[in-house]
Amino acid sequence: MSDNGLQVKLSFTYPSSNYSGFSLDLDLIMPSRGVTVIFGESGSGKTSLLRCIAGLEKISNGQVQLNHNTWQDSSHFVPTHKRKLGYVFQETSLFSHLTVKQNLAYAIKRSTEKHDPKFLQQVIDVLAIANTINKYPSQLSGGERQRVAIARALLSKPQILLMDEPLASLDNARKQQILPYLEGLHSEFKIPIIYVTHSIEEMIRLADYGVILQAGKVVAQGNLTELFGNIDTPLSLNQDLSTVLECEFVQLDEKWNLTQVGFDGGLLWLPKLNNIQNKKVRVQILASDVSISLVAPEQTSVLNILQVKVGQVSNEHKLGTSLLVLYIGASQIVASLTSKSLSELGIQQGDTVWAMIKSVAIVR
Amino acid sequence: MNLSDSDIQTIFLTLKLASTVTLLLLFFATPLAWWLARTKSWLKVPISTIVALPLVLPPTVLGFYVLIAMGPNGFIGGFTQTLGLGTLAFTFWGLVVASMLYSLPFVVQPIQNAIESIGERPLEVAATLGAGPVDRFFTVVLPLAKPGFLTGAVLGFAHTVGEFGIVLMIGGNIPGETRVVSVQIYDHVEALDYAQAHQLSAMMILFSFVILFALYGLGRKSSLLNIFTLKGRGQ
Repeated sequence: MSDNGLQVKLSFTYPSSNYSGFSLDLDLIMPSRGVTVIFGESGSGKTSLLRCIAGLEKISNGQVQLNHNTWQDSSHFVPTHKRKLGYVFQETSLFSHLTVKQNLAYAIKRSTEKHDPKFLQQVIDVLAIANTINKYPSQLSGGERQRVAIARALLSKPQILLMDEPLASLDNARKQQILPYLEGLHSEFKIPIIYVTHSIEEMIRLADYGVILQAGKVVAQGNLTELFGNIDTPLSLNQDLSTVLECEFVQLDEKWNLTQVGFDGGLLWLPKLNNIQNKKVRVQILASDVSISLVAPEQTSVLNILQVKVGQVSNEHKLGTSLLVLYIGASQIVASLTSKSLSELGIQQGDTVWAMIKSVAIVR
Repeated sequence: MNLSDSDIQTIFLTLKLASTVTLLLLFFATPLAWWLARTKSWLKVPISTIVALPLVLPPTVLGFYVLIAMGPNGFIGGFTQTLGLGTLAFTFWGLVVASMLYSLPFVVQPIQNAIESIGERPLEVAATLGAGPVDRFFTVVLPLAKPGFLTGAVLGFAHTVGEFGIVLMIGGNIPGETRVVSVQIYDHVEALDYAQAHQLSAMMILFSFVILFALYGLGRKSSLLNIFTLKGRGQ
């Protein structure tokens, strides 16, 4: 298998009689590694897209290709059960007549890949479902059910894991419990994941690559940091516009309980983090938490001050507010300030200014 | 209890008929129920209506047309004659065919309801886990729709035991061949032999009570006993 060969290609229109006026019209190449999040509002077609990839919707005018396997084109259609994929549905999908163990065995038995008991144990451990194994789905909590469903999908050893809003049916507390497991999936099992959601939070936490769907069309796609560094990205939650940066641990300041991390272009101080020495940290900076100074700020309480170059300026992005894209190294940070400040400071594209970052949220 | 030999013969014949009909119906009604549960074809409504017709038709009407069809010039008769089986009228197998038609809705509808109430999702899940269509039927549909199959089997059996009109039309009254319990009771009454009629009738009441009792016990869990309301869904 060549390194860059694993790709998902899709192109079809979807004028179905069941959905009046609904269409899915896209030609999409998604990376075959890491987590790709398909983000969109309800009705944007993201679930239909996923179902088409899985072959659960039969679209006459479609083309689906994973790696070098053609799953669908004009001449043939591989039925779902012959596609090596895992699918996690939005709501509980465990077989109610089988115990958790039997549910897992159902997947193992039908997997065409070799299975050794270690893998089963690994999956059970990673998703922490050991104590549910002899129960029936009706005896499990919503969060446990979803974890078992994810485990079951993994046990079929798919080439790709498709997840359709697996957290949407859970309350926020349960979501927060499961998200860490999802974050671990890709690194633990080295399996590409296509994850559909309408939650910005899930996208920021999970995505390596993002695809944004609106009314059945792809309106933006790219690496997560690119998407969030671009003020033209039509994320519908623009009121909370933010930047996402991938950072690496630099040093720990025991005296002040702070951690220093570096990103491509600069350094940031974060609250003290435990156990991150070898890990990467993903941080989110709200555009409204970035203020601009024309001179190097002195005698300020803000710890994170970066010298940046002004890129794109979006005047009156929203009423009274303007946006700036700030370049530092290979990274971009979005700042929002009042149009009044922008005008009084006379900031122009190409200026060198100082960005004062009041708070940095650790995403993962 | 002093059942005559001919009473015992009719009881065994009735049980044989009901078992045969039930087994064959489960075999033939399941694909029909499956199709009715999942099709989006316009044919669904007309076919459902035809399947339900025996619920409302007098058994004599159904029996009359089946009798004609089984005759030497009827399409069933023509078919069986080509196979060298002669005609089916006034034979045990003639009764089986007629009873299957008559009990069809009692078997199809509970199974159809059960399959409908399963929905698409478990089947889609099974497909994503690598299960093909046959595999899906045996490992997902059958276990999940089990109450529907049980209800259909019990209702089909009980209904076949309880039929009278269609037996008279198709089978007549041949001992050991077509004379079932209900016909035997009729004969006893005709002969003013009330004691014998009482025995068999009481047995039928007991049998029916036990069957329905068991069914309602089952229905409490699965609420599939809505056959008489012709509801589309089992839940």
